[in-house]
Amino acid sequence: MSALVPFWFIVIAILWTGFFILEGFDFGVGMLHGVIAKSDSGRRAAINTIGPLWDGNEVWLICAGAAMFAAFPGWYATMFSGMYLALALLLGTLIIRGVAFEYRGKRDATGWRHTWDWLLTIGSLLSPLLIGIALADLLHGLPIDSNQNFTGSFWDLLQPYAVFAGVTLVLVCLLHGATFLCLKTTGEMLARSGRVARVVAPFTGAFVIGFIVWTHVTAGTAFFLNLIELLAVIAAIAAVWLTFEHREGWAFVATTITMASCILTIFVDLYPNVMVSSTSAANNLTVNNTASPHYSLTAMTVVVVVFLPLVLLYQAWTYYVFRRRVSESEFHGPPRPRTPADEDTGSPAPRLRPPSHRASHRKT
Amino acid sequence: MTNVDLSRIQFAFTSINHFFFVPVTIGLAFLTALLQTAWYRTKLEEYLRLTRFFGTLLLINVAIGVVTGLVQEFQFGMNWGAYSRLVGNIFGAPLAMEGLGAFFLESVFLGLWLFGWDRLSRKVHLLTIWAVSFGSAFSAMFILAANSWMQHPVGYTMVNGKPVLNDIWAVFTNPVFLWGYAKVLFAALTTGTAVMLAVSAWQLRHGGDRGVFGRSARMSIYILIPAILFTMLVGDELGVIEGRYQPMKIAAAEAQWTTCQPCSFSLFQIGGGNNDQTPTEIIAIPHLLSLLATNHWNGKVQGLTPLNQQYNKQFGPGNYVPNVFIQYWGMRAMAYGGVLVLLIALWGLWAIRRKTLATSRVFLWVATWAAVLPFLMNTAGWLLTESGRQPWLVQGIMLTKNGVSPTVSVTWLWISLVFFIVLYGTLGTVDLLLMLKYSREQLPPARTAADADKPVPAIQY
Repeated sequence: MSALVPFWFIVIAILWTGFFILEGFDFGVGMLHGVIAKSDSGRRAAINTIGPLWDGNEVWLICAGAAMFAAFPGWYATMFSGMYLALALLLGTLIIRGVAFEYRGKRDATGWRHTWDWLLTIGSLLSPLLIGIALADLLHGLPIDSNQNFTGSFWDLLQPYAVFAGVTLVLVCLLHGATFLCLKTTGEMLARSGRVARVVAPFTGAFVIGFIVWTHVTAGTAFFLNLIELLAVIAAIAAVWLTFEHREGWAFVATTITMASCILTIFVDLYPNVMVSSTSAANNLTVNNTASPHYSLTAMTVVVVVFLPLVLLYQAWTYYVFRRRVSESEFHGPPRPRTPADEDTGSPAPRLRPPSHRASHRKT
Repeated sequence: MTNVDLSRIQFAFTSINHFFFVPVTIGLAFLTALLQTAWYRTKLEEYLRLTRFFGTLLLINVAIGVVTGLVQEFQFGMNWGAYSRLVGNIFGAPLAMEGLGAFFLESVFLGLWLFGWDRLSRKVHLLTIWAVSFGSAFSAMFILAANSWMQHPVGYTMVNGKPVLNDIWAVFTNPVFLWGYAKVLFAALTTGTAVMLAVSAWQLRHGGDRGVFGRSARMSIYILIPAILFTMLVGDELGVIEGRYQPMKIAAAEAQWTTCQPCSFSLFQIGGGNNDQTPTEIIAIPHLLSLLATNHWNGKVQGLTPLNQQYNKQFGPGNYVPNVFIQYWGMRAMAYGGVLVLLIALWGLWAIRRKTLATSRVFLWVATWAAVLPFLMNTAGWLLTESGRQPWLVQGIMLTKNGVSPTVSVTWLWISLVFFIVLYGTLGTVDLLLMLKYSREQLPPARTAADADKPVPAIQY
C-alpha cells in the first residue's frame, strides 16, 4: 500500500470539511434570506453578503468529487452510481440555487424575483440535506456486493440515521448562516438574524449531540467518544451559549468548529473503510481496495501541495476584501432604472444596468 | 432502449449543452479583459462602458456554465461506473488538477472582479479579470488532456488488464491533446468574438451608440479573422493526427469504405452511410481528402472495410465502424460553417475599409445571425470527435458498452434523462432570453467628468 493512500483520505476529508465550512453559511443564507429580510432590497442585501464568495466556495465540492475520482476510483464509482437518483436530485438543487443568485436580479419583476427566491431557499435546504444523507450512508452501510456494486434501491438510502444526519447538517447550516449574517448585516436585518440564530440554536445543539452519539454507536468502535466527536459536542454547546450571549464573532467560530467536527467525525469513524457494506463486512470498500496506484497519487500530491495553499491564500484574501457589512439601504429601490441624474445626486445605490430606453432603440 | 443507449444520450445531451456556455465564457472573458486593459491604458470612457456591457453577458453565461459543469463531473461516476473504476487513476487525475489549479482561480477571481470594482485599485482589479480569463482557459486544458487520453491513450502500462498511469507528462504532451486544446481555444475565441460582433451589429442596427459599438464591432472583426483562420488550420492538423491514431474517425468522416490513394473530398453526397453501398458524390475535389487527412498530395486513406477487418483480428469480432452519417455531416458542418464565418469576417473588414460598417444594414443583419454558426460548428466538432471514437470508450482499451454503471437501471436512467432535459431546457431558455435582453439594452451611461476619478460601482446581484 502506498503511504499516500491515508494522505489522500485526509485530503478528501479536508476538502469536504472545507466545503461545508464555507458553503455551509451560503446554504444558511440561502435558506434565511427571505426570513431575515422583509423587503426586496433586504433580500438583495442578504444575497450580496455571499455574492462574491459562494462560487468559490462551491468549487470545494467539485474538488472533493474530483479527488475521490482520481485517488479512490472504486469509492467514487460505487458511491456515485449507487446513489444515482439522489445525486441527480442534488445536481438539480445545486443548479437552481446557482443560477438563482445570478438571475434573480436580472429582471425587475416581482413574480420573477419571488420564483428565484423560492428556488434559492429550496435549493439551499435540499442540498445539505441530500449531501448529509449521502455522507452518513457511507458509514451506516448500504447493500454492496463482492464486486463493489451497490445492489439496493433508492429507498435504501433513506436510513433513519442518514436522514437524521441530513437534518442535523441543515440545522448546522442554518445556525452557521444566521451567525454569518449577524457579522455581515446591519440594522433591522442584524437584529432579525440574531433572533433567528437564537431560535435555531437549541435545535442545532440538540441535533448535533444526537448525531454524534448515533454516529458513535453506528461506527461501534469504542466505548468512549473520540477527540473529534467530543470537540463537536463541546463546540455545539459553545455555539448555543455564545449565540444567546450575543457574542456573534465567537459564535461564528463555534459554528465553524461544530460544522468541521461533524463532517470530520463521519470520516474519522469511517476510516479505513470508505463505504460500509450492509450485505457483508467482507464487501466493505476500504481505502486500500479502492485506491489508485502509487504513481497517480504521487502526481496529484505534487499538485495538491502546490495549489491548495495558494487557493487558501487567495480565497482568504477575497474574504478580507469583502469583509465589510452589507446594509439594506444600499439596495433601496429597484436595481434599475438609473439615469445619469441619479449620479449627480450622488445616489449611493450601485447598479448594474442603465435604463432601458426602448424608444431610443427603434429603427431610425 | 438499453442502459448503454440511455447513458450515451444523457451524456451527449448534457455535454453538448455544457459546451454552448464554455466557449462563450472563455472567449468573452478574454475579450472583456482586453476591453478593460484598453480602458486601463487609454482611460477612454467607451472602453469602460463596453467592459461593463460585455462583462454582464459574460456573467449570465458563467452562471450556467459552472453549474452544468458540475453535472459533467458527477456523471462519470453516476453513469459510467465501470469506466471510472478502470481508468480513474489516469482520467481522474487531470480532473482533480483542474479543480485545484484552474477552477478555483476562475471562480474566486470572478467574484473579486464583479464585486471588487470599488474595493480594489484599478491595476489589481484589471488583474482579476485576467485571472478569470486565464483560469477559464486553464480549466479547458485539463479537461482536454483527459478527453484526449480517451482518444489516444498514452503514459500508461497494463497491470492485470488495467491501465495504470506511469507518465503524467505523456498525458500532457499527447499530440491529440496539444492540437485539440489549441483548436478549442481558437474555437472559443471565434465563438466569443462572433457573439460580440453579433451584439454590436444588432446595436448598430437599432440605434445603439455608433462610436462605442462601432469600436467593438471593429475590434471583433479584427480578432475574428485570425481566430477562425487558426481554428481551421489547427483543425486540419488535428485531423491528420487523429487520422494517425483513430483512422476509423477520418475514414468515416469521408464515408470512405475502401482504401484510396489519392483520395478526393466530396462536397456533398447522397447515400453511402451504411455498408458498402456506393455513394453518389455530387462534387468531388481530387486530392483534397489526401491533403486533409495526411498532409500529402497523394496520401493514402484506409477505408472503413479493411480497417474493420483489421480490428476484428486485433480485438475480436465486432463492428468497429462509427456512425458514418454523423461523421460525414459533422465534418462538413464544421468546415462549411468555418468558411462562412471567414467570409462574413472578410466582408466586415471590407466594410471597415470603406467606412460603411456602421451603416451597411445588410452586413449588420448577416453579422447578427452569424453568431449561430460557431455554436453549430462547436457541436458538430464534438460530435465528430466523440461519435468518431465509438464503439470505443477509450480507444483500444475499453468499449463503450462495457463502461456503464452495471447497477444503474433503465428506470433510473429514464427518470434522470427526463429530469435533465426539463431542467436544461428551462434554464437554457431563460439563459437565452436573458442574453437577448441584455444584448439589446442600452450601454451604461458615460460618467460625467466629475465622476471620472471616483471608483466605478461594483456589479452586484
